[in-house]
Amino acid sequence: MARQRQFTVLSRVLHWTMAVLVVAMLLIGVGMVASLGNYHLLVSIHKPLGILILILVAIRLVNRLLNPAPPLPDHMPAWQRLAAKGSHVALYLLMFALPLVGWAMLSAADYPIVLYGSLHLPAILPHDAMLYAGLRKTHTVLAFLLFATFIAHLGAALLHALIHRDGVFDSMAPWKARTTDAVAERVRN
Amino acid sequence: MLRLSAIGVVILAVIGCFAYVGGWLTPGRLTPARFVDKFEQVFGLHPGFRRNHAKGVCIAGYFDGNGRAVRLSRADIFNAVHVPVIGRFSLAGGDPYAADGPGAVRGMGLSFSLPDGEEWRTAMVDLPVFTVRTAQGFYEQLAASQPDPATGQPDPARLKAFLAAHPETARAMGIIKSQPFSSGFANATFNSLDAFRFVNAAGMPTPVRWSMVPVQPFQPEPAAGAQSQDKNYLFDAVITAIERGPLQWHLIVTVGQPSDPTNDATIPWPANRERIDAGTLTINHVGGEAPGNCRDINFDPLVLPSGIARSDDPLLSPRSAVYSRSFTRRAGEQKQPSAVRVPDTGGGS
Repeated sequence: MARQRQFTVLSRVLHWTMAVLVVAMLLIGVGMVASLGNYHLLVSIHKPLGILILILVAIRLVNRLLNPAPPLPDHMPAWQRLAAKGSHVALYLLMFALPLVGWAMLSAADYPIVLYGSLHLPAILPHDAMLYAGLRKTHTVLAFLLFATFIAHLGAALLHALIHRDGVFDSMAPWKARTTDAVAERVRN
Repeated sequence: MLRLSAIGVVILAVIGCFAYVGGWLTPGRLTPARFVDKFEQVFGLHPGFRRNHAKGVCIAGYFDGNGRAVRLSRADIFNAVHVPVIGRFSLAGGDPYAADGPGAVRGMGLSFSLPDGEEWRTAMVDLPVFTVRTAQGFYEQLAASQPDPATGQPDPARLKAFLAAHPETARAMGIIKSQPFSSGFANATFNSLDAFRFVNAAGMPTPVRWSMVPVQPFQPEPAAGAQSQDKNYLFDAVITAIERGPLQWHLIVTVGQPSDPTNDATIPWPANRERIDAGTLTINHVGGEAPGNCRDINFDPLVLPSGIARSDDPLLSPRSAVYSRSFTRRAGEQKQPSAVRVPDTGGGS
């Protein structure tokens, strides 16, 4: 049986959907806190989008446990394997933590957590201004960590796609990867 | 090498894009943080207090809807409901120790807890119109009122230049000065000033403004100089009044016509517009600012239930943004006691 080269279709659909959503979310996040006229519109998108990402990352974690990642190339050095593994764990943790901290901080501030129209979520923490202030700072710090991890992930993905061309990028490519032989041949060259 | 450079360019472009959107590349851009900074420069930094409407007292009671505004808004508050309300009386300005006086604009912030868990917050003042149309105008007005370090007073030349550049403010000041203020909080009319949209069950929008009109009879403010010398006379009077018995206001909804501006809070709507009495607010508790009460609530005017929506009024989103930034800053600061003290009668909220 041939070695699995690519993530499953479901894994790749989840990855690229979330990639778009998370990058949009980071942009909306930095944009809204610096915005006056568009603040309300952006916040109104930020909250339901955060909850959507929370739901998707939960689905994705289950999927990842059921459908493990394809193996990394044999020749990849140990430190790179560790960096890959570590950054993926960090991305998952942050994608869970950011919406949860956001939800918690709005609860502690006693803001209603409105998703759309009359649809809203319950508070998950008691009203406490100091607690809000701490969580609000945490939300910002985690967002910058997520941005930094995303940049590292993007850089590594581009290195694999354009420089190493070792099939790592192809394993998550939105299109169907070339055959194993073709990849192996390119690696040999 | 070309490919490696391409990767570098992509990474830098992404970071640059984020930095631009976040305002780090445009230090002159007016942001919520810079707005709040200006309040701190003008009024001094008072940790733990609101950056505007810093001086205040907590109130609580209930609202009884009467169903008369249901044809305009599907919000539950307009049914025949009885809902708890918490709120705050305040003086405009960022000094929590300011003396009460005839020149001070009074505010009423309210939070209605709707039956299904939704919430409606509104922050109103006792002016008939607002003095500026945009956030930029407000910022410039604030900057013009900043005391000159040399004299400790605002520079009259800067105020004059501001008014010359903002005829809408001069016009609004004329309207404000043409009507007497009331003698206290209890008999003041508090106005939303900004326009909103009511949306009914059929999805039809209607432009509205609203007011809390007191049941307590109007009395004009005494002539300047005739006020009590007490620094808290306005607050003390309303505290005493509430402890004697509940105070009431009618929620009056003014229904706008298509020709009425919804994007300019400096312009009054014609006096003959339909006014709907949508329910009665009863305030029967008053208490000093304390942890977990009105002190720790942001009366963000865009916390709205389904059935009330923002209009194209350019002040609304900036208000939401700046209130939020002010709230975030003060939430994490050590709190000082309010200058307004409420005698402990066991009934405070």
